[in-house]
Amino acid sequence: MAMQEEMRQTALELTGDELLVAQDLKKYFPVTRGIVFQKEVASVKAVDGVSFALHEGETLGVVGESGCGKSTMARCIMKLLEPTGGKITFRGQDITKLSRAEMRPFRREMMMIFQDPYASLNPRKRVGFIVAEALQVHKLGTDAEIKRRVQELLEVVGLNPEHYNRFPHEFSGGQRQRIGVARALAVNPKLIVCDEPVSALDVSVQAQILNLLKDLQRDFNLTYIFIAHDLNVVRHISDRVMVMYLGQVVETADRNSLYQEPKHPYTGALLSAVPVPDPTVGRGRKRIVLEGDVPSPMNPPSACRFHPRCPRFVEGRCDVEEPALINRGGPASHTAKCHFPLERWPLTEAEMRTAGTAGTTETAA
Amino acid sequence: MLRYLIRRLLWAVLLFVAVTIVTYIIFYAIPADPARLACGQRATPECIKRAAHYLGTDRPLYFQYYKFFGRLMPFSFRGGPHLKEPRLGRSFTNRQSVNSVVAHAAPVTASLVFGGAVFWMLIALPVGILSALRPRSLLDRIAMVFVLVGISAHPVWIGLLFAYFFGFKAGLFPITGYSDFFAHSGDTSAGPVQWAYHLVLPWATFAILFAALYVRMIRANVMETLNEDYVRTARAKGAPEWLVMRSHVLRNALLPVVTMLGMDIGIALGGAIFTESVYGLPGLGKTAITAIDSFDLPTTQGVVVFATLVIIVFNLIIDLLYAVIDPRIRLS
Amino acid sequence: MALLEVNDLKTYFRTDDGVVRAVDGVSFSVDKGQTLGIVGESGSGKSVTCLTIMGLNSKRSAISSGSALWKGEDLLTANPRRLREIRGSEIAMIFQDPMTSLNPVHKIGDQLSEAMRLHEDVSRKQARARAVELLKAVGIPRPDRRLDDYPHQFSGGMRQRVMIAMSLINNPDLLIADEPTTALDVTTQAQILTLIERLQEEFGSAVIMITHDLGVVAEIADDVVVMYAAEVAEKGHVEQIFKKPHHPYTWGLMGSLPRLDADVERLVQIQGQPPSMLRPPTGCRFHPRCPYVMPICKEVDPELTAVSDDPGHLQACHLDEETKDREAAKLLAGMMSGQTAS
Repeated sequence: MAMQEEMRQTALELTGDELLVAQDLKKYFPVTRGIVFQKEVASVKAVDGVSFALHEGETLGVVGESGCGKSTMARCIMKLLEPTGGKITFRGQDITKLSRAEMRPFRREMMMIFQDPYASLNPRKRVGFIVAEALQVHKLGTDAEIKRRVQELLEVVGLNPEHYNRFPHEFSGGQRQRIGVARALAVNPKLIVCDEPVSALDVSVQAQILNLLKDLQRDFNLTYIFIAHDLNVVRHISDRVMVMYLGQVVETADRNSLYQEPKHPYTGALLSAVPVPDPTVGRGRKRIVLEGDVPSPMNPPSACRFHPRCPRFVEGRCDVEEPALINRGGPASHTAKCHFPLERWPLTEAEMRTAGTAGTTETAA
Repeated sequence: MLRYLIRRLLWAVLLFVAVTIVTYIIFYAIPADPARLACGQRATPECIKRAAHYLGTDRPLYFQYYKFFGRLMPFSFRGGPHLKEPRLGRSFTNRQSVNSVVAHAAPVTASLVFGGAVFWMLIALPVGILSALRPRSLLDRIAMVFVLVGISAHPVWIGLLFAYFFGFKAGLFPITGYSDFFAHSGDTSAGPVQWAYHLVLPWATFAILFAALYVRMIRANVMETLNEDYVRTARAKGAPEWLVMRSHVLRNALLPVVTMLGMDIGIALGGAIFTESVYGLPGLGKTAITAIDSFDLPTTQGVVVFATLVIIVFNLIIDLLYAVIDPRIRLS
Repeated sequence: MALLEVNDLKTYFRTDDGVVRAVDGVSFSVDKGQTLGIVGESGSGKSVTCLTIMGLNSKRSAISSGSALWKGEDLLTANPRRLREIRGSEIAMIFQDPMTSLNPVHKIGDQLSEAMRLHEDVSRKQARARAVELLKAVGIPRPDRRLDDYPHQFSGGMRQRVMIAMSLINNPDLLIADEPTTALDVTTQAQILTLIERLQEEFGSAVIMITHDLGVVAEIADDVVVMYAAEVAEKGHVEQIFKKPHHPYTWGLMGSLPRLDADVERLVQIQGQPPSMLRPPTGCRFHPRCPYVMPICKEVDPELTAVSDDPGHLQACHLDEETKDREAAKLLAGMMSGQTAS
């Protein structure tokens, strides 16, 4: 049985026209100790074997709670951090080992938008300069051309082009995030990695930015990796969604498949934890409340990392044998890293707690 | 915690060696020969040669440093390992033991620096806290003017001013000299009262700069802490204002002041030179200046060694103290 | 008599740039054992409202008027001593950021027992026993061993549990929770909300839940106050607010929220930014962002008036009821039509 699972755990099926492929991506941060000489005694496995493929024009949503490694993964893909292991392929070219200089042509094609619109803009530079910086670095046009382009960009993201000469502090949070978007768009990138771009914003302003990102994707055929802890937001913007827990992908599927038929108990717990803004629906259902906190990534639990908090934990199985990230029913592209996937959704609390009933891999395999 | 302590100690030793080596190198680089100076105006080559041999300056630099270091260690392996008294050598100019020179000067400087520290904290604590509680009040504005003056004015200028007005014009305090804290039998010119009387003006002079710096720092810390969420929590619990201040505001706001105090004792030792010069106090600063003027390497080195040791020990104490009062340091 | 009755509460702050109207005429009431949700975006005045009730605003810069009747006694005019008696004992408060709300240099046990000993004449030992009891009630494992730990030895979710334990130690009649789950992850949020609900049943306290999250309000509130720009835009029972919203701002808030149970291609967005309360807009404060703005909106600030045929539902908007019924129905239908079968 374990053999079969292993055999089904194939590497990504690649067609060759992916924009970005990550294979078994790892990032470990060393923990050192020592009086004079520092020796490595442990490592924080922030990202531990993440694989995915992304096609042009697609949006991949990445959800998970703080400490699950989603931001570290994004920084590895952007090569802002050196991955410890694994391979990143961008447009068919392996960029994992490229030096800073060799990365330069790729930098134009992949940009990033950050969470904090207050901290990610240099307060001493004018908005025009901030947006134009990448254009100047890559020497894309004369000064006059760059200025025209910057004003055009400001208009595209819904800012007044006349505000070219203002400083970031003269803008509100939402407007600053628009500046961040304009900066990312300046060099016509293919891929934009958005790291929690709306989590610092008010609801009404959040909607403006989400709509803007969707419009830009349509107009410029952009590809997004959208990282957020808010499941509602990820659902709204993504085509595919990847759920991360303690540095690993626990479930990945098309948006509808993931939200309608989650397979992994962690995804189920996340979905049931999101408050529904509807008093009749919201009060009728039961939250699946997970016990305790996320364990330390320095010393992750054995086998399935979710097992100490999992409502369907089966002793002797989940803590011994690591489940593979494979199809567990539903569409072929829907994979989950769990021995006892959820049979249907929503489940009652009792059903949630009884693993190994009909319909699980046990019998299916 | 122990690991941390050991690392700090190793760093302290390294720092100590580096400081003494640098002093040697500086002296070596200065184009003056202590042996020639020792022989006076009509130095003959033989006299210089003899003097150089006598002082040990005819040996290579590394050998001089080695001898110095060997003397300084509190143990020796010659004739079997045993403990011995660490020695700083003898003065080039008058052959006095540097140990005794330092031993005479250190209490003077210690009186000045520690008395001064008490003086400046007595000013800075109440003024800093009150002006933080009443920002923009009259007291706060006066305190800010004091801070500006205290930071801008040089201690020598302040010292001369104080000596002129309070010492010379008003005749309230002596403007020169030092009196021992411990009186020998029958000696009425010494004792705690005389000691303090002689030191009032030096203390005030010395304390003004630091008082100004500390008023500013304490005011900023207290104001920042007043805005902390846990202070709001304390009030929300129904704690009376004095308890909020004592247990939640001051406890946290004064933590960094403790560290600063430890670090500033070192700077204060340097600053003591000016005050000692103005008031003619026979402290370490004055001793060092005299020694440097006469190229007296052992005495200079002795003061440097002593001051370095004091600073290192102080920093260690402060680090430990900080760990005791801040659980975040202690338990991580 | 209501437990807490807030009437025309105003709080203005003096700043270097001028007077900021943080709360400008807010009224609501809370009954025994009831949960009131106050929703609004940042700067809407929802937190300041509660800090004013608690008397926790800076006395140097805040000026308040109106009244906040606690069991009939006005908290705004109560003397500081009486206010201290009520704070932490009859009304307790928990805050948004559990990481900074506990004093880092004091042990958890001491902070908990301080909260009790300030109000009751109990021995150190009794207070510690009560602290253990409360820590157990909020789900801290092995509470007797955690009393001597410091806040930094707890995770964010655990610290919020400690804060809740501390607020409940004197069995308060009212618990004010100021965005208690905003800084926490969604599974921790679920833990904390479940905990607050359970403790509310157990202790019978009334709760004021301040939040920007309509989902949280929908799940736990009985009554809802929607605040915009220091004023109440709409208030009523939770069913009234969510099933028959009557203010364009409430529509905007609901429409701008991406939802798990509904699919929409584009979110309804509210144009522009919340106004500065230094110079709030004339007339209705929402008019510069309102898609239904009429000439009267720019001139006259609408009164909070009752919705006809819907007792207890109040709203402040000039739009006629016919249009409102139509638009609200359209909005809800739009969300329904997109709702996916489950």
